[in-house]
Amino acid sequence: MAMSRRKFLLTTAVAGGALAVGYVALKPEEDTRLVFQKTARGGEVALNAWIKIDATGTVTVAAPRAEMGQGIYTALAMLVAEELDVDWKSVRVEDAPVHPVYANREMLRAALPFEDGYHQGENTSGAQFMGWLAEMLSAQGTGGSTSIRDAWEPMRNAGACARHMLVTAAAQKWNVPAADCQAADGVITHKGSGKTLTYGDLATSASSLMPPENPPLKNAADYKLIGKAVPRLDIADKTTGRAIFGVDVKTDGMLHAAVNVAPVMGGSLKSYDKDALGGMPGVVAVVALPTGIAVVADSWWHAKKAADSAVIEFNDGGNGSLSSEGIYKLLEENIQSGDPFTYRNDGDAEEVFEHNGDDIIANYQVPYLAHACMEPMNCTARVVGDNVEIWMPNQAPFLMRYLASRIVDTDVENVQVYTTYLGGGFGRRAEGDLAEQAVRIAMAVPGKTVKLLWSREDDMRHDMYRPAARSMFRARLDDKGRPFAWFNRIAGQVPTKSFTQRIFDFATLDMPDNTSSEGSADMPYAIPNLQVQHVPVTLPVPVGFWRSVGHSYNAFFTESFMDELAVKAGQDPYKYRRDLLAAHPDYLAVLDRVASEADWDLPMHSGRGRGIALHESFGSLVAQVAEVSVLPDDTIQLDRVICVVDCGRVINPDTVVAQIEGAIVFGLSAALYGDITLTDGAVDQGNFPDYEMVRLNNMPKIEVHLAPSGRPIGGIGEVGTPPLAPALANAIFNATGKRVRELPLSKAGLVG
Amino acid sequence: MPAIKVNGEVRVIDIEDDTPLLWVLRDTLGLVGTKFGCGISACGACTVHVNGEPVRSCSTTIADVAGKEISTIESLEQAELHPVQQAWIDHQVPQCGYCQSGMIMATTALLAEKPDPTDDDIDAAITNICRCGTYARIRKAIHAAAKTMREG
Repeated sequence: MAMSRRKFLLTTAVAGGALAVGYVALKPEEDTRLVFQKTARGGEVALNAWIKIDATGTVTVAAPRAEMGQGIYTALAMLVAEELDVDWKSVRVEDAPVHPVYANREMLRAALPFEDGYHQGENTSGAQFMGWLAEMLSAQGTGGSTSIRDAWEPMRNAGACARHMLVTAAAQKWNVPAADCQAADGVITHKGSGKTLTYGDLATSASSLMPPENPPLKNAADYKLIGKAVPRLDIADKTTGRAIFGVDVKTDGMLHAAVNVAPVMGGSLKSYDKDALGGMPGVVAVVALPTGIAVVADSWWHAKKAADSAVIEFNDGGNGSLSSEGIYKLLEENIQSGDPFTYRNDGDAEEVFEHNGDDIIANYQVPYLAHACMEPMNCTARVVGDNVEIWMPNQAPFLMRYLASRIVDTDVENVQVYTTYLGGGFGRRAEGDLAEQAVRIAMAVPGKTVKLLWSREDDMRHDMYRPAARSMFRARLDDKGRPFAWFNRIAGQVPTKSFTQRIFDFATLDMPDNTSSEGSADMPYAIPNLQVQHVPVTLPVPVGFWRSVGHSYNAFFTESFMDELAVKAGQDPYKYRRDLLAAHPDYLAVLDRVASEADWDLPMHSGRGRGIALHESFGSLVAQVAEVSVLPDDTIQLDRVICVVDCGRVINPDTVVAQIEGAIVFGLSAALYGDITLTDGAVDQGNFPDYEMVRLNNMPKIEVHLAPSGRPIGGIGEVGTPPLAPALANAIFNATGKRVRELPLSKAGLVG
Repeated sequence: MPAIKVNGEVRVIDIEDDTPLLWVLRDTLGLVGTKFGCGISACGACTVHVNGEPVRSCSTTIADVAGKEISTIESLEQAELHPVQQAWIDHQVPQCGYCQSGMIMATTALLAEKPDPTDDDIDAAITNICRCGTYARIRKAIHAAAKTMREG
């Protein structure tokens, strides 16, 4: 397959990055078993990079993905345990060290252009290249709802390999054919004699055997764990306070750090009174940072009080007049006259619009959003000479390792990253800013462990935000009311570019990027003339990956506008969509199921309304129906959300349902309240009263139905969020006749 | 130097009077089950009991609680898990888990006062934030724990 110019640009950019990072490639002759063996304690023996077994038969699974609430530790362990045939009660999970063997290949493959066959299930040259590149980069990260898709083959394989080695070891010990030895629940039984040996008895002898090349994997019909609602391994500790998050890390003699940094985007430290701070209670050191200062003290409260009291001046980086008003104006200018990338161009929409006709035109807008993880941002670091240790709730240990090595000027091998539980991630914890700051601070107190903790205000004002965006639509209907031509131009900042430039400031990355147009350019509806463009806008506001990324706004835009077309055509919004999905039976099945579960055809009482939305993201199909009531004060209450999900094979159904429930609430908080605004270059919001969240008192009823078809495995962590806003906005139109084209709803006085 | 009783044990704390109870618990006493979320009583992650009442420890100073009895999440589990903890496990409530110590402490305080709370009682009493959105399961778990506790 010839490589498109687009793919060439992409791969060159990423490969350039790999070289700049100084990659640690997976060496062909390397025994990856040793990677996990190095972490062994109490007589544990590694059978491969994913499995350690001790003499009692306890199996420890290496989890190279972050547990941030999505239940991935349990799901990864299930993949291994299924093929290992071990008693689930003897399985535990451990954070994996950083190594190319744990690279997340799927995370990079997601960046392939929409038209790459990989997204349609083919093993393309682009996919192979991205897999290789992930290893080059040692790209051990958690994001893009990729963990299970990436782990499905290697972690089941790891379980099957280990099982094969244990069976072989037993057969050798008994001097019998391996075929006569049966493994179940961590015990191997010789069929003839009934003799037994446990995995604990056999681990050491098994570890010296060669792993098989392609061990046979179970048939799905024989699964004992996969597909079952297995209780999560991390939940008990999360009810007793024992679970250790980043903020809970403690070492002997540990110091604490708090910061006082420039409030204006891109601001820097001008001057401060260091002497005044030195005399404050508990203060050990004051460290100048590029953006402000850090105070190191014997407790965080002492550090925080001193940092807050600092007499300090900042430069505004030239952004002191930046405001939300100016930003939205710039976005609109870019819609009108910006230089777009075209992501989809079927038929000839431009030609259609050259002829006079009845056009439907609409403009939509969404604001910046903060991640607002419940656990405030933190990182603990210790620097001793060339050696760095980092304890951090993070989504990208390979990145933290690289950034730390760059600051300390040491090899990546000299940096150890320990990933704790994450008190929420949502994309924020893929960012390296906390690791960089913590390492700089730790360098100022060599040999000491320092825990850097940001306040809630630091977090909300120094996030890497979901980009604000505007979207313009123009459509024309045919004589049956179906969309004949559809033009969509989106304008906003591009998260991948912003993210990459935070790591490599020389990167230009003026090239197409799925994360800006995903959810619009790849929509499934049959429209003969369809053009989708995105105008990348440059602004000093740092933007990043926020749960569901581009889908978070494009689903709202496209599925709301589709509703507008149905209304214009005088047709039912569900049946209107149905008629455009003849080529996609899988989408259709999900849409039909949600309509049926929601009793779509039953009329609603006056003052109530329902709306529908269908959206594919991260390889999964999700449809939602929202039901709203208009309250006496004309505000809206979301009563119920009915959701149908086709994510292909389900590993742990209860976790999947929980993720969808949570993602709906995440989308709802954003739709109702989420609005990060800027005045004089600084973020106006500082804490939860200014950036409100859904709480128990305004929770809708949520019903989740899993409808797995034969589709390949899709993602789950993010996919429930995108359809919520359009389903809700469409329900509001149904109830009130008022079309919401701007979020949050609180702006329009629709939230009580 | 204020003396406080934490989880049944008298502790004399040598610290400035304006230090929030949260930081005494976490940094001085090493009881890290109680979490820092917002610092201004807005999220409830730091909820503990002071003389049996739910209190947001981030905005309560050590001077405010001198001589009082404080209970944290670490005190709930005795010979076995507290029924509220068990209900949280049975309903697989936590996702990231960060807010759940505060949720559970708010819930045990509610159930001490109202053994059979209505949904409205729950809405009024549990105003904590869960960013993962586990609220539906929290509600179910509260009703289940209440039932277990009533039936003894």
